[in-house]
Amino acid sequence: MIRIEPRTAPSRAITLGVPVLAALAALALAAIPLALAGADVLGAYVLMARGVFGSVFTMTETLTRATPLILTGLAAAIAFRAKLWNIGAEGQLYLGALAAVAVGTGAIDAPPMVLVPLVLLAGALAGALAMAGPAVLKIRFGADEVVTTLLLNFIILIFVQMMLEGPFKDPMGLGWPQSEPIVDNAALPPLVPRMRLHAGLIVGLVCALVAHVALARTVWGYKIRAVGENAAAARHAGIAVPRVLMGAALISGALAGLAGVGEVAGLKGYLTADLSPGYGYAGIVVAMLAGLSPLDVVVSAVFIAAVFVGADSMSRTIGVSNYLADLVVALSLLSVLVGGFVARYRMVWVRRG
Amino acid sequence: MEFLDIFLSANFWAASLRIATPLIFGVLGALICERSGVLNLGIEGIFAAGAMAGWMAVWLGAGLWGGVLAAALTGAAFGLIHAILTVPLGLSQHVSGLGVTLLATSSAYFAYRTALPDVTSPPRIVPFQPLDIPVLSDLPFLGPVLGQQTALTWLALGMVVVVWWVLARTPLGLAIRAVGDNPDAVDAQGLSVYGLRIGAVMAGSALMAVGGAFLTMSAFDAFFFGMVNGRGWICIALVIFGSWRPGKALLGALLFGAFDAFQVRLQTEVGALVPSQVFLMAPYVLSIFALVIAARRAEYPRALLTPWFKGQR
Repeated sequence: MIRIEPRTAPSRAITLGVPVLAALAALALAAIPLALAGADVLGAYVLMARGVFGSVFTMTETLTRATPLILTGLAAAIAFRAKLWNIGAEGQLYLGALAAVAVGTGAIDAPPMVLVPLVLLAGALAGALAMAGPAVLKIRFGADEVVTTLLLNFIILIFVQMMLEGPFKDPMGLGWPQSEPIVDNAALPPLVPRMRLHAGLIVGLVCALVAHVALARTVWGYKIRAVGENAAAARHAGIAVPRVLMGAALISGALAGLAGVGEVAGLKGYLTADLSPGYGYAGIVVAMLAGLSPLDVVVSAVFIAAVFVGADSMSRTIGVSNYLADLVVALSLLSVLVGGFVARYRMVWVRRG
Repeated sequence: MEFLDIFLSANFWAASLRIATPLIFGVLGALICERSGVLNLGIEGIFAAGAMAGWMAVWLGAGLWGGVLAAALTGAAFGLIHAILTVPLGLSQHVSGLGVTLLATSSAYFAYRTALPDVTSPPRIVPFQPLDIPVLSDLPFLGPVLGQQTALTWLALGMVVVVWWVLARTPLGLAIRAVGDNPDAVDAQGLSVYGLRIGAVMAGSALMAVGGAFLTMSAFDAFFFGMVNGRGWICIALVIFGSWRPGKALLGALLFGAFDAFQVRLQTEVGALVPSQVFLMAPYVLSIFALVIAARRAEYPRALLTPWFKGQR
């Protein structure tokens, strides 16, 4: 019979190979819905690849899509490291975007050197604020943060709609519920001329680097990992668990808030209630694919972004629904979860005796 | 003034019961899973998949009860995925549940778009009609409240009794509760921990999907993207509010339904003074509030979230 036993120490090949294999497995599994939809499966994959690697434009589009995913992926990775289930990145992203609009549409007149950092700071603070509530409810009342952050996503989105139909409504917007445009001095500049890729990517990369160093090399990072691995033992060792959780919550929310700033001040230029097609939720998949490691988040964010860009392009050409991209994202999450099991255990043949 | 009239109107109570119906299914489903020790965050997606599968089956000519069956089977299938990942493989229930929600939602949307590539207005079916039950419908006050309900609402109320009876009064229910509290003891008795948990998650997921089907087959008559709108997450909060008991869970769902029906009526009274979004937010705020109240005295099933492996203590 087959017995399953834990591996003593997963090799580097396995920890690296599992997410890659999981991503490939998710792409391969997408052949089933493609075939059911009656598409030429191989042709669809070729179209997807061409939609990603076809030109400089498509490649910068992938990086543009990856920008918010890096930040929401980092938000999930840091919170999950502390076993804090922040599923509220979607709402934190929107509150960050709202704060960016509050500061960056002409309320303050300053040169870009001042205004851009101010807009980023406002978005980060708003995102942190959005996560502070669920963190307090968890620490003070023991209210499960999964449910509170999920419900808060709906509350914040409705709140943003209310603001866009009220005080934040652009009087020149022809009646559409959208904000006034971000002023030039507050906008994140484009990175490649005539392309949509913007400086939000730099923000994301810097955050990933800082998060990596903070988690791996600082006492703060050590405390977060200790709390995540065993809260009771961490408390025993004299770590102030509520304080560590609160810190992780605020940083996590701030990162998701920055994702919102990038989308509004780097890409769209104004805020609408359909700013994010679920970047907050996709960030969870990004983080899990990356094994909660900040540097790997960058890689997995580019992968998930490529899936979205490729599926969009393919669906425009052959008319298969672009919900295929969401299917691949969901399958990636489940595959990497199973892959994690394979990495931690091995199957051993045992002779019954 | 008018507030009292709201509570005296049969229509208000009928609406409360209608709004509560999908939540009753969802809360019962989540409760069964959690009683066996498995948190099922797949609920939000399973609602969507059930809504889509039920509607699609009816649209293809399977009949209304055929639609309910299709929804239940779809729910059980997604439940099986969650169960395999979390029970024998013992993987994170949080992550697996969110993965199932993403998978079930995107499957439902993809299937709908594939079947109906370019419809602009969603096709309609003939939904369940209000059930006229001879004696009940003639009762004063209660008659008009109950007379407006469809067969699925009656099924939901019936399921409360069934789930309560199975959990409280049958050996199977005892085993399910035990496996959520102390799986080692269940294993020592020679019962299958895996079998009980997988079965409970599949049954609970089937109920969740029927709750979704209520949306497309009774509350409305078509499928819309985003129509579940957080109802699944509200159910997860209501399970804690109802301290994992079917009767209290029913009460929670009914209170929630009454509150939601009340805020819709309040909106027509004071709508000019307050932005409509304040009312739209209210159900979610209420759910968080209910969760916070219940959290302190919540007695979670003791083995909830804890994987169990055979031959390993």
